Amino acid sequence: MAEIALEGVSKVFADGTEAVHTLDLDIPDGRLMVLVGPSGCGKTTVLRMVAGLEDLTGGRILIGGDEVNEVPPGDRDVAMVFQNYALYPHMTVYQNMALSLKIRKIKRAEMDRRVREAAEVLHLEDLLQKRPRELSGGQRQRVAMGRAIVREPQAFLMDEPLSNLDAKLRVQMRAEILRIQKDLRVTTIYVTHDQVEAMTLGDLVAVMKKGVLQQVAAPQELYANPANLFVGGFIGSPAMNLVEATVSTSDAGTFVEFAENRLRVPDEVVSARPALASFRGRTVILGIRPEGMEDAALVPSSSPDSRFPITVDLREGMGSDVYLHFTIAAPPVFTEDTRELAADVDEKALTDLKEQASERRSTFIARASPESAARVGERIEILVDTRKLYFFDPATGASIGGDRAAATVGVAGSSGV
Amino acid sequence: MRTIEAPERVESTRARPPIRSARRYRARRIAYKVAMYAILIGLCSFIMMPVFWALTAALKPDLEPVFTPTPEWFPTKFFEWDNFRRVLVDTLPFLRYAINTMIIVIGNIIGVLISCSLVGFAFARLRFRGSKVLFYILIVTMLIPWQALMVPQFLFFVKVFHWYGSYLPLIVPSFTGVGFFIFLIRQYMRTIPRDLDDAARVDGLNTWQIFWRIILPLSTPVLTVCAVFTFLGSWNNLLGPLIYLDDDSKFTVAIGLANLVTRADTPWNLTMAANLITVLPTVIVYFFVQKKLIGGIASVGLKG
Repeated sequence: MAEIALEGVSKVFADGTEAVHTLDLDIPDGRLMVLVGPSGCGKTTVLRMVAGLEDLTGGRILIGGDEVNEVPPGDRDVAMVFQNYALYPHMTVYQNMALSLKIRKIKRAEMDRRVREAAEVLHLEDLLQKRPRELSGGQRQRVAMGRAIVREPQAFLMDEPLSNLDAKLRVQMRAEILRIQKDLRVTTIYVTHDQVEAMTLGDLVAVMKKGVLQQVAAPQELYANPANLFVGGFIGSPAMNLVEATVSTSDAGTFVEFAENRLRVPDEVVSARPALASFRGRTVILGIRPEGMEDAALVPSSSPDSRFPITVDLREGMGSDVYLHFTIAAPPVFTEDTRELAADVDEKALTDLKEQASERRSTFIARASPESAARVGERIEILVDTRKLYFFDPATGASIGGDRAAATVGVAGSSGV
Repeated sequence: MRTIEAPERVESTRARPPIRSARRYRARRIAYKVAMYAILIGLCSFIMMPVFWALTAALKPDLEPVFTPTPEWFPTKFFEWDNFRRVLVDTLPFLRYAINTMIIVIGNIIGVLISCSLVGFAFARLRFRGSKVLFYILIVTMLIPWQALMVPQFLFFVKVFHWYGSYLPLIVPSFTGVGFFIFLIRQYMRTIPRDLDDAARVDGLNTWQIFWRIILPLSTPVLTVCAVFTFLGSWNNLLGPLIYLDDDSKFTVAIGLANLVTRADTPWNLTMAANLITVLPTVIVYFFVQKKLIGGIASVGLKG
């Protein structure tokens, strides 16, 4: 076991593209760090640099306190799980798992013991003499894990190991990976573009965008206190609703206004975000999470200051919740961050965003209780949990918060677990 | 809430064609098979005719005319199986020739497999300065016919190395690589996913071990193709042995055959027996590797 430290690591490819921009990252011993971000954000490049498969353009990588920049991959004592498993097709499962031990000239009895132990952990005992092509996707994934486990390495490096599995198997293997990592307590870097995986697996989650680290924090912290617009929009599903709004103050308190709607910002929220005062009379980006909204009809005694009227465009019953889609007559936030986020969803999301920007309307999603009777086309009121409002600076995208939040903006320091 | 109403089911009024009885289907299948086999047998016997004619000739005693007015397609009258023994060890030394040829064949196969797989791997996997230029030069060498190199190569091997009369000039060149095979192997190795190299590197294998333990075993289809082509090429090679060998005890089957026919008084029965003996190894090799060969040719995108 060892801690892994990246100090000012950067990577510029031969064609001039900067994949990673001076990255500082500490992965404490025995912890699982998830690198998450849209495709092309440099997360896989970081992993490959830690593995030694990619040279660094600048900075240092330390494993267990030793600089490994010039150490070949095989001598770094790290094991990697590849997205497409990269099992050796001409070898049996046993040979696949044993190869690295054989190369290291580990005694036959010891090798056999380790392979069989790993096989037991992963329920592969009956498959040891099979070849990869005879296995299902899930089994192949387990063999790839087994190949990493038998090494008893300083660190596991996992490159989207579950992305080739179907949804059900993915959930199952996710739990399996978590269990194994906790049992073995091996320092792990886990790369994924799936924010659900990031939230469920990570002791720490590092969000990256275009080669730049946005924030490192524990999953809950990331959700509750996103350092900037990008992190806020990336973490959470359905994504945070974003709209341009104006902050105003009167005797009655601080208000935030968007598209003829007015919400009162509770005093404790205002006092927790001293920087918000400087935005008085100016535009901010207001973020409301779908789960921060409710069908107001279900909470009759709620304050009118935290409600606004809408017309339901679409109702999606999820069983446990109901997603209510509605349109706000205000332009969507159209910044480089939101474009990046939309592009990560798919091509259509990006064109939708552009269309909404030109028509000066934005689509919101509220996650209401299944008891909500709201129907498509019906005019209802939406209640907002105003204690859970997010504010971002439209110029920088940084979260508007207290001093502490301000300090983690941009290149974030790692918060404790 | 939206409700979608299912359209009412409309009964199909179109008449269905009557189902043919099972017996009729079976009759058709049998008829089809019979026709198929008849055609195949017909074609096969057409192809096999010269072979059987050669066998008929090979089994005739000396002085019995071979070129009869009506060709004899099947051995009916004479069965001098002893002719084969005479060709192999007694009258003619074809066993010796076959062993000599085998030495050259095996030497060539070993040479081709070692050199071409190494060079192919380098071109497919290693990044080095000038690799593209070198590869183009390699392709260009494929365009030069062997006959054009024959004389300079002969002078080189004979004057510089004094290899006249030995097998070395027939074997050593294969150890320096064959352009076409290098090309084939490179193309094949490029299709092996690079993730395997990465995984192997993380597993602690060095470049040599990646070649030996990962890439080479996965390249067996293309290596089989190269080995078989090399076998055919050097087993049937006449010109090479003809210009470099001068001692009857070192001759190959191809020279042996050529010498038989050029004599004034050709012993046709023995010539045909020698012919059949010469063809046999090729047929056997093809018989055993045909599946692998077809698979290999298909996988390297090479049309037979």
